[in-house]
Amino acid sequence: MKIYELIIIGGGPSGITAAVYAARKRMDFLLITKDIGGQAAWSGAIENYTGYQFISGPELVNKFEEHMRKFDIVVKENEEVTEIRKEGDIVYIKTNKNVYQSYTVIIASGKRSRELNVKGEEEFKNRGLTYCATCDAPLFKDKNVAVIGGGNSALDATLQLIKIARHIYLINNMEHLGGDAIMREKIENNPLVTIMNESEVLEIIGDKMVKGIKIATKGKEEIIPVEGIFVEIGLIPNSEFVYGVEKNSLGEIIVNCRNETNIPGVFSAGDVTNVPEKQIIIACGEGAKACLSAFRYLSQKRFEENR
Amino acid sequence: MDKKVKIYSTPTCPWCIRAKQFLRENNIAFEEYDVSSDSQALEEMIRISGQMGVPVLDIDGEIIVGFDKERIREVLGLS
Repeated sequence: MKIYELIIIGGGPSGITAAVYAARKRMDFLLITKDIGGQAAWSGAIENYTGYQFISGPELVNKFEEHMRKFDIVVKENEEVTEIRKEGDIVYIKTNKNVYQSYTVIIASGKRSRELNVKGEEEFKNRGLTYCATCDAPLFKDKNVAVIGGGNSALDATLQLIKIARHIYLINNMEHLGGDAIMREKIENNPLVTIMNESEVLEIIGDKMVKGIKIATKGKEEIIPVEGIFVEIGLIPNSEFVYGVEKNSLGEIIVNCRNETNIPGVFSAGDVTNVPEKQIIIACGEGAKACLSAFRYLSQKRFEENR
Repeated sequence: MDKKVKIYSTPTCPWCIRAKQFLRENNIAFEEYDVSSDSQALEEMIRISGQMGVPVLDIDGEIIVGFDKERIREVLGLS
């Protein structure tokens, strides 16, 4: 079986940037990803990516993809990695379709929405329950809805829904709302929003579509009739499939400033790592660094073998 | 000969934008329904797909939920 010089896992800002660098270094590599753009594709307005005063997520992702496709790169799209393991000098990468071998790997698999893990969640996904306010808020015109969470993403979803929905129940399991004061104030003073603090979600209720949500507020149970539920309780790293690599308590892959993990030849970049601050521009820079580190690792190895 | 393609979408959903772009790039004509403003289209979309996620594509009665490039290619007979 062919052994690649590098395999990049993930097609978000980090993975795509790593691919551009690898192509320019003429490395023999592959990019394996579930989709192109990752979380960036879901961003509404991006106003902090240098060079663009304003650009939407899908537009920026298109530019990234265009840049990458300028090179003759093998991209395995719609493919999901299920296992990464290093044995000897080789990294084995198992996906839902194939098995690959490589001398180095860059894990840039990003993060995904955290789920509630309550009864009814699986059943009502896309049947009133959603994790993307930007996408689905417009479907709930003049309807009663619930937003779950208390951080910035929950506040952002609530602000989007104020313009659309009839009434919003903001269900927060903490004593107070978190997030930025400027957003919080807009919500706290709005008659369309009922804030329910110290409130826990117990069950999603419905038949074909969502009809309500069962919650317990300070121990008192009730069912609120809503047709839409927006889950905004944060993100978790896509790192479960990586074996032997050190992770922090959040499940993020621990890297040093050269994007090296504890395993030589295994690099990681972007939101899946413990890099401080999760931003598109930072993910891109991390992807570039990871690729240069992998390149250096390969040259050094070759130098030592030929000595 | 040409298949009738309908797409149910919202103006803000990234995958809807990319799905429409994909169709245009492949010179596929399509009818567009904005389910955020057209409640009748929203009901129709829920009826045919049994769910509320966008985009939904209706290609000659074949329903595709989400921007599933491979299936769209297959149903449209694109290489």
